[in-house]
Amino acid sequence: MIPAALDPKRTVRATAMAPVPYTVFDHRRETRDTVTLTLLPSGREAVPPFAPGQFTMLSVAGIGEIPVSVSGDADRRDGRIVQTIRAVGAVSAALCGAEAGRRIGVRGPFGKGWCLPAAGGDLLVVAGGIGLAPLRPLVLAALARRDRFRGFHLLVGARTHADLLYPYLIDAWARRGDMTVAATLDRPADTWDGRVGLITGPLEETAIAPERTTAFLCGPEIMIRVCAGALVERGVPAESIQVSLERNMQCGVGWCGHCQLGPYLLCRQGPVRRWDHVADLLDVEEL
Amino acid sequence: MNRPTLAVWKFTSCDGCQLTLLDCEDELLAVAEAVEIRHFPEATRKDLPGPFDVSLVEGSISTPREVERIKRIREESGLLVAIGACATSGGIQALRNFADLREFQRIVYPHPEFLASLEHVTPIATHVDVDYELRGCPIDKRQLVGLLSALLKGRRPDLPKGSVCNDCKRRGVTCLLVEGREPCLGPITQAGCGAICPSYGRGCYGCFGPSGSTRPEALIPVLRGAGLDDPGIVRMLRTYNAAAPQTAAVSTELEGAGDDA
Amino acid sequence: MLFDHPPPEVIDRAGLDQLVKLLRADGYTVIGPTVRGDAIVLAELANGADLPDGIGVDTDAGRYRLRRRGDRAVFNHSAGPQSWKQFVHPPRQRLDGPETVHRYAFLGTRPCDLAALAVLDGVLGAAPHPDERYLARRDEIFVVAVNCVEPGSTCFCASMGIGPKADRGYDLVLTERTGHEHRFLISAGSVAGEEMMDRLSHRRASGGEIAAGLQALDDAADSMGRTMPEVDLRGLLVRARRSDHWEEVANRCLACANCTMVCPTCFCTTVEDTTDLEGDHAERWQRWGSCFDPDFSFVHGGPVRETVGSRYRQWMSHKLSTWYDQFGTSGCVGCGRCIAWCPAGIDLTAEAAALAEKEEAP
Repeated sequence: MIPAALDPKRTVRATAMAPVPYTVFDHRRETRDTVTLTLLPSGREAVPPFAPGQFTMLSVAGIGEIPVSVSGDADRRDGRIVQTIRAVGAVSAALCGAEAGRRIGVRGPFGKGWCLPAAGGDLLVVAGGIGLAPLRPLVLAALARRDRFRGFHLLVGARTHADLLYPYLIDAWARRGDMTVAATLDRPADTWDGRVGLITGPLEETAIAPERTTAFLCGPEIMIRVCAGALVERGVPAESIQVSLERNMQCGVGWCGHCQLGPYLLCRQGPVRRWDHVADLLDVEEL
Repeated sequence: MNRPTLAVWKFTSCDGCQLTLLDCEDELLAVAEAVEIRHFPEATRKDLPGPFDVSLVEGSISTPREVERIKRIREESGLLVAIGACATSGGIQALRNFADLREFQRIVYPHPEFLASLEHVTPIATHVDVDYELRGCPIDKRQLVGLLSALLKGRRPDLPKGSVCNDCKRRGVTCLLVEGREPCLGPITQAGCGAICPSYGRGCYGCFGPSGSTRPEALIPVLRGAGLDDPGIVRMLRTYNAAAPQTAAVSTELEGAGDDA
Repeated sequence: MLFDHPPPEVIDRAGLDQLVKLLRADGYTVIGPTVRGDAIVLAELANGADLPDGIGVDTDAGRYRLRRRGDRAVFNHSAGPQSWKQFVHPPRQRLDGPETVHRYAFLGTRPCDLAALAVLDGVLGAAPHPDERYLARRDEIFVVAVNCVEPGSTCFCASMGIGPKADRGYDLVLTERTGHEHRFLISAGSVAGEEMMDRLSHRRASGGEIAAGLQALDDAADSMGRTMPEVDLRGLLVRARRSDHWEEVANRCLACANCTMVCPTCFCTTVEDTTDLEGDHAERWQRWGSCFDPDFSFVHGGPVRETVGSRYRQWMSHKLSTWYDQFGTSGCVGCGRCIAWCPAGIDLTAEAAALAEKEEAP
């Protein structure tokens, strides 16, 4: 009378938690603490394609796992994953130290990413520090569809010249002629003849048509709050401002609960949220 | 490949935490193979010079000579780990911080003038930067092996800062306070021991010291409800981690309130 | 209030023992209430004799005591220290390897706890990324529910719209009747339940027995020791984000995490990575976490929720308000465990009432 289902040796795995093995194909040092890894599947299994703004969970066996935004080109569906990592802890340091050939675990991609607006509008991208990494796929996607949009402004801020991420890309984008690029450093440097000061400076000076502008913000939370507030004051509708938020993502799929921001599980309903969804939440201390 | 070097140092303490390493019977061989032990007086007469990749430091700083010695060890160590209640909060000897040292010396020693003691017993972190702390009197074997495994691999050691209640609940031990069985410091004490005492029906006596969000002041009414009077609560708070700042502040205030009354 | 069709049958105390025996014979590990030390825990039952025999409980905020009852009741005790969560969502489990699926029969699951299992289904069993380990365990469970005829003083499931009668999510449901003759009204809620009924010695329930059972459940609904204030809790907690009440609760709160650990729906977990000393063998484990843990909200730079008040706000808001946003239901089922097993005696219903009152008269 024992049902067939009652096989006492039945085992089961949590597939959403199983990393797909990838191998470091290219390791590029970006700044003193930041590295871009290009990963290729080690075997036949690969993770699904990503959308700009989504993140993966990257793991080094025995050391741990962290969320990292994807920074590659979403249109280039050749199986490679490009991720820029800043060494701030044990796992990120191990990832930054992973030379070509090293095995890395990948789960994802997870979450909701950036949403390019309908044709005809202006794009304003504001990046602080490592915040440019999750915005890179958005910039690449927008440039691939450049004819759909009118104005295109990129503002980049960094603490020091040495911390400025992707300087080669910023230069290349600035030379394009079909977008405006402004970079500013918090601290002056002999090697820098550009602008010095907070990113709010260039933001104020960027001429935008508020009603048709879509803004994309990523960087320290304080930068996001100040810049989004300034944009709203200039008449950009809060629902046209998208921000990428950082919380403690551990599982990526809504099981662990660590990444909550009020009503949102940011691993599933973020990391990118519209400003009108989160402005009130970020205004409450320690929410 | 050169193995990482390890040193084990003793300051004012009972040696019990060093013994925990020797007690790692199953893992001891693996430890000895994974690292080169260069200084560990409890285990070997071998005394090799630094530098040391990892130093495990047991004991509190109680004498002027110890102040100098810990600075030297810090300079020679890559990572410095304070092990045990003495090293992390001053230990049981820090009880003298609440009393008159001279009087103790007069009572115990025929010639107290030969003693060189510091006015207060202090943890290692008062004098040098400490990279990690293993709590407990004594430390927990699994945490020690876990720490060494993590450091060898380059991983951040898993040393939860939550309360002992987390461990009780995960292993199905029911609450001594709520059942009215024993006063217990579990709610304000850092996890890591695996809730040994409560699992034997004994209240936690706080040997792992204050948890990362310890709230001893909120436990006072609970302990009163469990039948302790205020001197009893002060005694309970003043055991192995009496000098931990959060606990000391509350026990001192409670004692002061009693004196005023 | 109506019993489900067909009308309930009756088994006696020996019938209950027979049920345990049959479930075990079918390969189930039977889990049910049993006295261990000074509490009624949930653990494996070797036979029906392991059930509490005439043991009840007195509970209050921060208080739980066993007491001898005047009858031989086996299910009349509330707000035990543990929930069924530990069997479907274990305190510690491997993340990177196969997990053996244990086959449990739950005996004595109350309506609040049935609701809690349904809540967990919505969290861990929901698309797009269900936890297959959870689903597999859940699939196997044979649930013998117990209608709650004697709610405790920390119970408030009725005001959460849940008990005291089980209405779904079980294979069999019992209503315990003590007094002259110790017996149980029993109905099936599934095909597996019906098949089990056929194997049990039972008799038809008389009209009087059915009516008395219904009356007991009606009375139980009115005898909950506590009630949630009849306000829009979801909105209340949203509006209370900046309330000074959180600081006031923080003065009493131990931040010890007991409420989250005993809660039958708290699902949060933390990952731990381990290696052996040789460094060759790595494992990933998942353990129950808590939003009261200082490291819970850690991001580079420190925890988002540093103060105890912000952590209590997170817990209470999640249970009563943001759970709706995330999973479409309340995260609280009114079991009262967080009240009874809070060493400081913090009472969720009282805190909700205080917030509602402050809102009315700021």
